[in-house]
Amino acid sequence: MPRLTQISFVIGLTIVGLVFVAAVIGPWLTGHDAFAQNLNARLIPPVWMEGGSSLHWLGTDQLGRDYLTRLLYGARISLFIGVLTVITSGLIGTSLGVLGGFYGGRIDDAVLFLITCRLSIPVVLVALAVVGLIGSSLTLVVSTLGLLLWDRFAVVARATTMQIRSLDYVNAAWCSGCSPLDIMRHEILPNISSHLLVVCTLEIALAILLEASLSFLGLGVPPPLPSWGLMIAEGKDYMFFSAWVIMIPGLALFTLVLGMNMVGDGLRRAFGTQVIK
Amino acid sequence: MTPILDVRNLAVRFGPTLAVRNASFTVQKGETHCIVGESGCGKSVTALAIMNLLARNARRDAQAIRFNGQDMLAYSDRQMEDVRGNRMAMIFQEPMTSLNPSFTIGSQMIEVLRRHHATTRHEAEQRAIALMQRVGITAPHMRLGQYPHQLSGGLRQRVMIAMALMCDPELLIADEPTTALDVTVQAQILRLLAELKQELGLGILLITHDLGIVARVADHVSVMYAGEVIESGRTAQLFANPAHPYTRGLIDCVPVPGKIRPGEALGSIPGTVPVMKDGFSGCAFRFRCPQASEVCTQAVPRHALGSDHIVHCHLAPSQGAGQ
Repeated sequence: MPRLTQISFVIGLTIVGLVFVAAVIGPWLTGHDAFAQNLNARLIPPVWMEGGSSLHWLGTDQLGRDYLTRLLYGARISLFIGVLTVITSGLIGTSLGVLGGFYGGRIDDAVLFLITCRLSIPVVLVALAVVGLIGSSLTLVVSTLGLLLWDRFAVVARATTMQIRSLDYVNAAWCSGCSPLDIMRHEILPNISSHLLVVCTLEIALAILLEASLSFLGLGVPPPLPSWGLMIAEGKDYMFFSAWVIMIPGLALFTLVLGMNMVGDGLRRAFGTQVIK
Repeated sequence: MTPILDVRNLAVRFGPTLAVRNASFTVQKGETHCIVGESGCGKSVTALAIMNLLARNARRDAQAIRFNGQDMLAYSDRQMEDVRGNRMAMIFQEPMTSLNPSFTIGSQMIEVLRRHHATTRHEAEQRAIALMQRVGITAPHMRLGQYPHQLSGGLRQRVMIAMALMCDPELLIADEPTTALDVTVQAQILRLLAELKQELGLGILLITHDLGIVARVADHVSVMYAGEVIESGRTAQLFANPAHPYTRGLIDCVPVPGKIRPGEALGSIPGTVPVMKDGFSGCAFRFRCPQASEVCTQAVPRHALGSDHIVHCHLAPSQGAGQ
């Protein structure tokens, strides 16, 4: 019988997979333009509610744009931001962590200092300040988050590198004439990649949430781009009369982040038993 | 004939602790030189010092470490990387953990050759298959695509040996290569090493604590104690005529089936290897030596007994032509 964690892993993977597919092809399938306004058809409720129409399955927003199309387009933005942020922060964090863990001594002290400094910076505040000063754009959100969220990568990469660097196969690699760079690339990185993959999934979820918070505060992606956080923000004026306006993107956000975390948890358990002997 | 490896007065220290002191030995082409001693007496450190792969807090001093007549002390890091794995290869005690778990056997073997020589992937693969066959691995084609965890301990040690031979080295350093293997596999691996030595004219520096292995495969033996070579000589000579009390003690410790009755205590040397610090003088074995006397606190003389048989002990000269 499959264990509960395996079930949750499969569920998580399904959620993330569905969101991914929906984000890639979804906006073309709904037959609506995510940006086309129609003020005559504002705030039509979803199809299952009274007054809903099968023309707009999830209804329309306050400017009459098709909500389903915007939701799917928003998934695209969320995943794009999540993945790109993690690529940036992963590169920074992993390089720093591996260098520190591998060389130890002064270099490690420097890396630790950087990590401590980074941990003392409140991410949301800095992101708010940067976006507030320079103005909001997709690139800016990605680069700000990417430059701020590398701490967990660095901590994990550093700790696992330290565990691996004195193992027999690393010594054997030294004896076969590897340079330090060879060792890091060929012996250390492949063997810590499972740990980093777990961090990746968790960080993607975190980045998506942070983007939503920033957008909610009006400092994330600029309108009219449909981000889930922005959709919640735009809908908050109407939430007492049409609660679904914020329920739908909120639920989508919750589901995606939950799915990501379930995948991360499943990966961690799957690797947990057999990493680093 | 120039020896493949000529180590003169090697000393290694970790802070105030002296791990190796005045170790000198040579390895000739086509010869197995064994370094014997109990745990903690500096055998493995000696091997790492030759490779210049000691931990960062270690300091290596030597009069010379000559490899084919060239002094490796003067080598740059880059030059050492060229030597390691290429002209001088090493195999380890723990075959279970000495292979990278993330790559197949084949890719690791090919990688070693391609790091040092410009060969195509195909040529490297052919050489890997040939060597795997040579070291007695059946179905080498299949093994190439397997990961280390799919192989048994004996098989992995064979892979390690094949991998060490990929670049056709002149010297093979084997650090307790059979300790982790069971006796039957142990015998096979030792026989393999002896055959390879003959066939390829390899020099082998074999590090072990097992005198049984020494008697079987060594041409030359150096007995180490507390970081010093206390006795060295040709194997037959040394076993027939052990001059140092420590060597005699070690030989007495080897359990011989039939000689020891059930319930009878096995031979042992009481005590442990002392940690050598700066300012130590005299014989390091005197605390455990049954024959120790007042004179042992003084600097230890070196005696030559016969052509290559050398012993460092105050009590030894009675046995032969001292100097």
